[in-house]
Amino acid sequence: MAEPLRHKPTFLRRATGTRELRRQPLFTGLSWVVLLLLYAPIVILIVFSFNDNRSVVRWTEFSLRWYAAALDNGDIRHAAVISIQVAATATVISTMIATMAALATTRGGGFFGRSAAIALINQPLMIPEIVTAIATLAFFSMLRQLTGLSGLGWLILAHTVFCIPFAFMPVRARLADMSETFETAAADLYATPWQAFRHVTLPLLMPGILAGAMLAFVVSLDDVIITLLVAGPGETTLPIYILGQIRRGVTPEVNAVSTVLIVLTVAMVAMTFLLQRNRK
Amino acid sequence: MADIVQQPATGSQNLQQAVQARAKAKRRVRLFLLLPALGIIGIFGLAPLSIALIYSFLEPGTYGGVEWSFSTDAYVQFLFERDIFDDTLGFNSAYLQIFGRSFGLAILTMCGTLMLGFPVAYFIAARPPEQRNAWLFAITLPFWTNLLIRTYSMLLIVRDEGFINLALMKLGVIGAPMQMLYTDGAVLAGLVYSYLPFMILPIYASLEKFDFALLEAGHDLYASRIQVFRHIIIPISRPGIVAGCALVLIPALGAYITPELLGGGKKLMIGNLIAMQFGSGRNWPFGSAAALILMAVVLIALLLSLRAGAEKENRHG
Repeated sequence: MAEPLRHKPTFLRRATGTRELRRQPLFTGLSWVVLLLLYAPIVILIVFSFNDNRSVVRWTEFSLRWYAAALDNGDIRHAAVISIQVAATATVISTMIATMAALATTRGGGFFGRSAAIALINQPLMIPEIVTAIATLAFFSMLRQLTGLSGLGWLILAHTVFCIPFAFMPVRARLADMSETFETAAADLYATPWQAFRHVTLPLLMPGILAGAMLAFVVSLDDVIITLLVAGPGETTLPIYILGQIRRGVTPEVNAVSTVLIVLTVAMVAMTFLLQRNRK
Repeated sequence: MADIVQQPATGSQNLQQAVQARAKAKRRVRLFLLLPALGIIGIFGLAPLSIALIYSFLEPGTYGGVEWSFSTDAYVQFLFERDIFDDTLGFNSAYLQIFGRSFGLAILTMCGTLMLGFPVAYFIAARPPEQRNAWLFAITLPFWTNLLIRTYSMLLIVRDEGFINLALMKLGVIGAPMQMLYTDGAVLAGLVYSYLPFMILPIYASLEKFDFALLEAGHDLYASRIQVFRHIIIPISRPGIVAGCALVLIPALGAYITPELLGGGKKLMIGNLIAMQFGSGRNWPFGSAAALILMAVVLIALLLSLRAGAEKENRHG
């Protein structure tokens, strides 16, 4: 060896192979720290919502008293009802509309303006939420005056608009993954387009639709900024109630309500994840 | 005789008609399916933006809303202040400062999420396939949980009587609680915490299909660890980095909840300034103008990121 080798020759390294090379030990440690940082605040919030005293740092005893207090609180019950009404209605409407649009953009063949249509559907995602919120407020206050209509419908409409792209994504992904052979086979067996859709496409598409609906529900349930500006008096949703309480100072009831919302969201997102993984 | 000659022609004509009729029916179905989505987003997503544009050129109403008379005051107000006595314009940097702070914080958030997010994305991509899904799930889950609640949980930790201060005092590092809440640092930490998944996911997507054998090839050609990183890994993940930066920068610029809760209404960002004009500020035209300026900046950032992504493809293609 005239010159010392800087590395072990490849044949010696084979045994450990690429696995060792691809590992960046620093990155591994950092990743676990990041994971810890992402979850620590939420876990602390959840744990201390079961704390018997008012503190969020000193643990005394396990207790459900803040949950009982939250249940007993008329404002919280009212906000929960509004939240669920808005989220459920917006979810049903937006998922139906998004499914139709996803069918048109994946099964409608290539057509002029398809990417423009997809861009328009995704528009609510590309504009900062605060801009959408104030623009919707200005537009709705104008329409409210013109039509004389008031009520929860406006808030539901605002939620429907930003829920559509979230419901659209999983449905479109599922359709793009689904082969058209089944639909062709149905057509060969003299099924009308509607029958082929109803008995072949729709059942196959169901996991995508469910995933889309759950994302839409979660996004609507969690919305703060648009609701804050668009909601009329008496239309306080849970997040708006929570925001109001936080501004006034930390109360343990808020921890309990927050925990319920977190658990609900996590359960739904976990289901969405499973639904989307099963397609493979 | 003539009939026989004509027959094949009518046959193909029928076929042509049938094909045309089917294409027409297909177009009609497609239109029917698309119309609700395009209609509702077109009307309730785009029209409001035009209204905001119109409002930004009107005068504010006394109790909110607008007066229908043309005025560019909303835009002038950004840089100048009208003297109430002699109506002269004087330079006022207060709003410029808020824009400056927003940009500074958004760019720092981008750097912070990149520094934390890149290693995580790389780490996940280098995991065996069966572990990747679990990691991805763990990283995306906080993104779906309520931003307000996550910010609130952060507030519980950084406030004076929060965990960090308590722990530091127990350890004897500090004697009295450190003021962390209501500082720019707290807002920055909150923004990084909120938008980190937006950085990790696109970078992971660009590294997901990466053949790690290339690292070995680089190594065999006597590249050091750092050289391999600089000349193989970074170029491969560039589209992901560009996309991640845009995905973090855009919501960070328009952030409302984080500066509201962790900045305590003192460390304002553009989002708070806009919302205020529609609340206690009662200056809808000014709020609309600020919102449109923010939107213009965001669109420019989006276009730049698209170009940065395209450039890279050209070079390799």
